[in-house]
Amino acid sequence: MKPSRFQYVRPQSIPEAVMALQRHNSKVLAGGQSLTPLLSMRLASPDVLVDINGLTELSGIELRGSELWIGAIARHQEVLTHVLVQTHVPLIQQALAYVAHPVIRNRGTSVGSIAHADPAGELTAVAALLGARIHVSAQQGPREILAADFFVGPLESSLQHGELVTGVSFPVLDATWGSSCQEVARRHGDYALAGVCALVQVLDGQIMAARIAIFSVAGTPLVIDVIDVHEDHEKLNLKVQALIDPDTDIHATADYRRQLVKTLVVQALTEARVHAELRQS
Amino acid sequence: MNPEELFLVEITVNGTPLSARVPARRLLSDFLRHDLRLTGTHVGCEHGVCGACTILLEGKPVRGCLIFAVSVAGSAVTTVEGLVNNDGSLGIVQRAFHESHGLQCGFCTPGFITTIHAYLKENPHPTEEEAREAIAGNLCRCTGYQNIIKSVLRAAELIDSGVRDDH
Amino acid sequence: MTTKSFGEPILRKEDPRLVSGQGRYLDDLGHDALAAAFLRSPHASARILDIDVTDAIDVPGLIGIYTYEDLEGRVAEPLPLLIPHPALLNGRTGYPLANEYVRHVGEAIVMVIAEDRYVAEDVVDLIKVSYEILKPVVGIEDAKAAHNAVHSSVPNNVSAHSVKEVGDARAMIKSAPHKLSLDLFIERSACSPLEGKGVYAIWEEDSQELRLWSSTQTSTGVRAAVAAKLDLPLQKVECIAPDVGGGFGVKIMHPWPEEVLIPWAARKLKRPVKWSEDRREHFISSAHERAQEHHIEVGFDEEGRILGLDVTFFHDNGAYTPYGIIIPLITSTQLLGPYKPASYRVEFTSLFTNTVLVIPYRGAGRPQGVFAMERTVDAIAKYLKLDRTVVRERNFIQPHEMPYDLGLIFQDGRPLEYDSGDFPASMAMLKKMVGWDDFETMRSEYAAMGRKIGIGVACYVEGTGVGPYEGGFVQVETSGRINVATGLTSQGQGHQTVFAQIVADELGVPIEDVFVTTGDTRRFPYAVGTFASRAAVMSGNAIALAARQVRDKALRLAGEALECDPQDLEIVDGIIRVKGDHAKSIALKTVAVLSNPLRYAFDESAKAATQFAVGDTSKPPVPEDQEPGLEGKDYYSPMASTFANGMHAVIIEILPETAEVKILRYVVVHDCGRVINPMIVEGQIHGGVAQGVAGALYERMAYDESGQLQNASFMDFLMPYSTEIPTVEAGHLETPSPLNPLGIKGAGEAGVIPGSAVFASAIEDAEGFEIRRMPISPSELWELRRTMKENA
Repeated sequence: MKPSRFQYVRPQSIPEAVMALQRHNSKVLAGGQSLTPLLSMRLASPDVLVDINGLTELSGIELRGSELWIGAIARHQEVLTHVLVQTHVPLIQQALAYVAHPVIRNRGTSVGSIAHADPAGELTAVAALLGARIHVSAQQGPREILAADFFVGPLESSLQHGELVTGVSFPVLDATWGSSCQEVARRHGDYALAGVCALVQVLDGQIMAARIAIFSVAGTPLVIDVIDVHEDHEKLNLKVQALIDPDTDIHATADYRRQLVKTLVVQALTEARVHAELRQS
Repeated sequence: MNPEELFLVEITVNGTPLSARVPARRLLSDFLRHDLRLTGTHVGCEHGVCGACTILLEGKPVRGCLIFAVSVAGSAVTTVEGLVNNDGSLGIVQRAFHESHGLQCGFCTPGFITTIHAYLKENPHPTEEEAREAIAGNLCRCTGYQNIIKSVLRAAELIDSGVRDDH
Repeated sequence: MTTKSFGEPILRKEDPRLVSGQGRYLDDLGHDALAAAFLRSPHASARILDIDVTDAIDVPGLIGIYTYEDLEGRVAEPLPLLIPHPALLNGRTGYPLANEYVRHVGEAIVMVIAEDRYVAEDVVDLIKVSYEILKPVVGIEDAKAAHNAVHSSVPNNVSAHSVKEVGDARAMIKSAPHKLSLDLFIERSACSPLEGKGVYAIWEEDSQELRLWSSTQTSTGVRAAVAAKLDLPLQKVECIAPDVGGGFGVKIMHPWPEEVLIPWAARKLKRPVKWSEDRREHFISSAHERAQEHHIEVGFDEEGRILGLDVTFFHDNGAYTPYGIIIPLITSTQLLGPYKPASYRVEFTSLFTNTVLVIPYRGAGRPQGVFAMERTVDAIAKYLKLDRTVVRERNFIQPHEMPYDLGLIFQDGRPLEYDSGDFPASMAMLKKMVGWDDFETMRSEYAAMGRKIGIGVACYVEGTGVGPYEGGFVQVETSGRINVATGLTSQGQGHQTVFAQIVADELGVPIEDVFVTTGDTRRFPYAVGTFASRAAVMSGNAIALAARQVRDKALRLAGEALECDPQDLEIVDGIIRVKGDHAKSIALKTVAVLSNPLRYAFDESAKAATQFAVGDTSKPPVPEDQEPGLEGKDYYSPMASTFANGMHAVIIEILPETAEVKILRYVVVHDCGRVINPMIVEGQIHGGVAQGVAGALYERMAYDESGQLQNASFMDFLMPYSTEIPTVEAGHLETPSPLNPLGIKGAGEAGVIPGSAVFASAIEDAEGFEIRRMPISPSELWELRRTMKENA
């Protein structure tokens, strides 16, 4: 289990990185926590690996207007403990607590997780639920992709060859919003069998908005507006079940995953409401 | 086929600057073990799950098998060998493992020791549940973890009692 | 006084090295050796049509590519069938490299030797093999159906068949007041030590000698096998087990194909060669265990006493049977546990499948047997509406019945006779510890909170310390250092500590002075290996006997030197002294000098020795019946195995909606006779229980119908982390074995044995419906609930 040969490029600037990415069969190396196992198992064999760990301008976590921007090489653990994230988009931290284990989070990057477009990834669900914007540098110049347009299929995004994700910005959620991430995994820290992120807005004790994103049950995270059904668990479940299409695999049957979703949706919405109330008090 | 391009990788390991010329694909775990011949860091799965290869990169625990050596050139790395006190006596976590029977075959142990060493810097007074959580990213096939949890708590006790630890 | 160390929780001597990164495991050796990688079959069953290396040969750093055609002499012959048995009608073994046919995914086809492993894998990627893909046999049902054959010479896929009877069980069942039948299944799992296998070989061209290191549980076995395969005199081969990163059974098999090929290549290339197995290789080309399907017929009386037990089971032995049929043999004999059914019949059929071969994994057939027996006992209790522990107690062999002959032949070919154990006492202890009698109160308290809990119990008896023998060597150096050697190997059991404890006590020396070497054929060439919970029993007793020889010799020499009766002497802290007159003394290390009539004053002990005179001047300096040196060697070879036993109870909670199982308490009562080091025994139990939990709730080998192992990584083979394993509460009961000088019984495997049985018992108790297949995942349990609800 050793990676096959590749050419290694360590650019000093974003344009240099983008230029290197134009080469045939190139890949970006950020935290490498998902990529390296694929390389070692030779399930991926890029000709060129563009290591962006030297691009310190991409390591930041900052407020940019009404958005929280996370740079492409900010490590999960930094995001998980960053006060700006805690204050403005706590859902990211709620989800990150489920991402692998602390040692992996020390190296893995949150933006890398999103760019990887893993349907079981907690952060892909967060990005989809919040309508995050993915910032991309390309030869033609920078562009932005809405999360809804970014996730195309399992491990597949709308990112084009030669493009570099430089960061992701998340809309800041004021204290009227509460959120939660709930999932069931076989072992602590494993990819979820099914998971749900929920976002609710509570004004004067009334739920004004309720959305969920379900992960691990389809090729991409599935965002569902549930404001119309959130009070009636039966209707809520019917609506959700009609939209999901989980698979059976060696760890769980499709129907069991449906059961998990049923349970987790209620849990996540309940917790999100509690969270909103907590933020307001 | 052309010979593979080599990179001069310099890393400060356990306080000593060391270097070797290696291909870009050389994993940090292999670099430490085979190029620098520091075999205390073990390799149990090469896909980042077992944690036997955990080392400290700039003080933070990371998987050696999920990092290319070339990517961290110029950094400081601490391995299990580097957690021994300067006089050769065992560091606190190492001593706690010995006193608590926290190891059997010892293969996974270096990864646990580095992980716990870093953890206790952040949380020097863990509860039993926190100790269990702290080691939850490392696999051990021998101990059933019970005595590793005990080792975490014992190490915390040793820190409190002011036992010497140079790192 | 020397502190007594036998029975004390002495901290391990091996730890300081291992915790500081100074251990030396296989891959820590031979940094400059050439590396091997293997092209392994991607198909479960196929005929190899062509191997094309054209694209591979110009890779810089490539040293050699070898296929079956390149193998020479005995290396080209099938690998040995290590343990033949009359019931093994169609034993089959593979070749070191596949000879025309491949019979499981992962079987080695091509060996590549290169400058390093990275390059070797590059070369493997560039070799093209074309196959005629054949229809594989996957799973017991498929093997039974025999639409396809794993080996064309065995069209029914049956490798072995055996029937054993004690009494007329079928007639007894027929006439019994009550009868039940059960179908039970256990899936595959695997040892999965954190360190894979590995071999490193150095060929010394000048002396025509082979030195070989293997991450093995039997260095003497590997040595003999390799010498035979390479046609070398045994004298010219040495094998050393370095630090070994866990075994659990998989490393007892020998020779693995690589153990033959790597030394062969080293000799051929006249360069050191090393192979370190990677995790994927370990999953698909080492060994698995556990898959068995049992049908049980049982007849019993009103009280729940078993009158007849008839067990028919099928064992999946994978593609080859190099290790014989040890596992079904153990299942068939150890299934009975602590019980004494009035009659017993057991029939098994061992089947070939196109999957990784099967050899013992810690527990070795017992977890399946205990699962079958304990499910049966639970079923009887449920049928008669009796407490599960009451039915067990009524069927227990009683202490006064020991030794108890079960009328069967055990795996070692000796009568199955339990030597010791007090099962009612163990059960009483377990019930008290877990609060069995108060559980219904606890259940209602939880129910009141809307929570569902269950309690399970399972008992087992484990034959440990199987023969034929082990040896021990003890030597006192003139420095006072005590060297101890035994041939069997260590994989974390703390042998360097427990054997030192034994010697320290026998010789009266500080444990710090005792240094133990295991698994090195240069130090002790006669040995069997570390398996079957035998190391402490076998080598422990052998070493004790050797130490007693040394003690006798030391006292005799000291008696001569001090001019007194050896009977009046004692050894305390390495000093031999007259009891009651401590001034009259001589150091053991000085006696070591006296024992060797080579009177050069080369060290302080030698100088000290000059004041003493020993030896009868009428005899030669080394008399006929004596040897120079203060050392002893002895062997322990038991008449029969010694039987350890234990009982486990678990309290679980099952989440109502997701069917996730949470372990609230796990209690163990364990009897392994006299305990050498309670800390180490507890550690063995913890580790065993963890593997039991893993086997019951997490781990399986998920083959698809084409014979691909779908979860050949630690991502999908769910070895538990600390967050999945409970804290074990252990109680010890010591009924010493009357069979060996130290009164000990084995402890290594015990913890894992009742895992599936105890969880099935608890889940059944919580859910109210039958659990017949293990392991069980939340998804499976949830599906089962749904089926039960639909059927109800």
